[in-house]
Amino acid sequence: MAEPTQTIEIQVLRYRPEEETEPVWQSYQVPYTEDMSVLQGLQYIKDEIDGSVSFRWSCRMAICGSCGMMINRKPSLSCQTFLRDLAPGPVKVEALDHLPIERDLVVSVQPFVKKLESIKPYIIPKVKRELCEGEYLQTPAQLEKIEQFSSCINCMLCYAACPQFGLNPEFTGPGVLALLHRYNEDSRDGGREQRMEILNAEEGVWSCTAVGYCSEVCPKGVDPANAVNQNKINSALDYFIRFLPKKGA
Amino acid sequence: MKPQANAEGVRRNPPYVRPMAGWWTRNPFFVRYMVREVTAVAVWVYALVLTFGVLRLSQGEAAWNGWLEAMKSPASIVLHLVLLLGMVLHVHSWFEIMPKTMAPIIVGGERVSASRIQRTGWTVAVVVTLLVLALAVGSQS
Repeated sequence: MAEPTQTIEIQVLRYRPEEETEPVWQSYQVPYTEDMSVLQGLQYIKDEIDGSVSFRWSCRMAICGSCGMMINRKPSLSCQTFLRDLAPGPVKVEALDHLPIERDLVVSVQPFVKKLESIKPYIIPKVKRELCEGEYLQTPAQLEKIEQFSSCINCMLCYAACPQFGLNPEFTGPGVLALLHRYNEDSRDGGREQRMEILNAEEGVWSCTAVGYCSEVCPKGVDPANAVNQNKINSALDYFIRFLPKKGA
Repeated sequence: MKPQANAEGVRRNPPYVRPMAGWWTRNPFFVRYMVREVTAVAVWVYALVLTFGVLRLSQGEAAWNGWLEAMKSPASIVLHLVLLLGMVLHVHSWFEIMPKTMAPIIVGGERVSASRIQRTGWTVAVVVTLLVLALAVGSQS
């Protein structure tokens, strides 16, 4: 790796619950090379300047979804945001918006995980097949319907981008609703009825006002705004369909 | 919540929830969203103006002519220019988000692109506007 020849100022919003009642900014001068990400800048701070700075990370390659944070006020994965693109700085780094700060750049994920569990994010087979009967098959067109939504890595950037979630944390939110759509639309899935209650609720799709920033910030090219808004139509149909006479009645 | 002491007796403040006041001023994307929401008022006001016109029409010729005169006043023309600007911004901002509000449209095995949906929206809006204008000008002669 080349020796760093330049430095950049990284400002970190610190919150140490033993010391502070509200977050404060702290500034660090970080030497950097052309190939260094913001995450590597933070790792330099932790290793060389201030070991008390807390943040989450794991894969360093935009797959694990752990290192999301606000970088210059935009929800971003710090592993795929490069210091060279933010020069001359300063680079302002904060915990993801709209989520409670546990410590420094670490936010509470418990409510998100609970919501994710609630939508049953797995295929509930329409008809159970025995192993000897082989795979559940799907055509390319059926895959196309769900493929982009299945790219979600649960990084929660879309939650930091959603003011409606900020104003009402009960809102199921873009990421989880996009995954709900992914399973409901899967040709192999038969769990739609179990998920419609969450989708139809006030905190389901109807809390969305189509701001659309969730889809702008998604690092995996998922379009949660589209998933949520398509399902306003599905939710309305689900409501009115009950008034139709049942088949064979 | 009050600071809680953990097993070692260290007092900790609860997770910090940031205030949402003024959220829409923090990001240009949110400002554009608010422009979309606020310009809906222009659509509402113009609908009121037209509804009032229909009411005056039902009250006879003198009332209708009075409304027409009021429409020609400088204040009314300024109001209409402001409402027109609001309408154009509203139309623009809705066409911008429209592809995200629709189920995918598949033509010949390919998904119709967002930009094509937006262009179609604008084309329909312009054609309808020109038709209405032609109808209005035609009815004068």
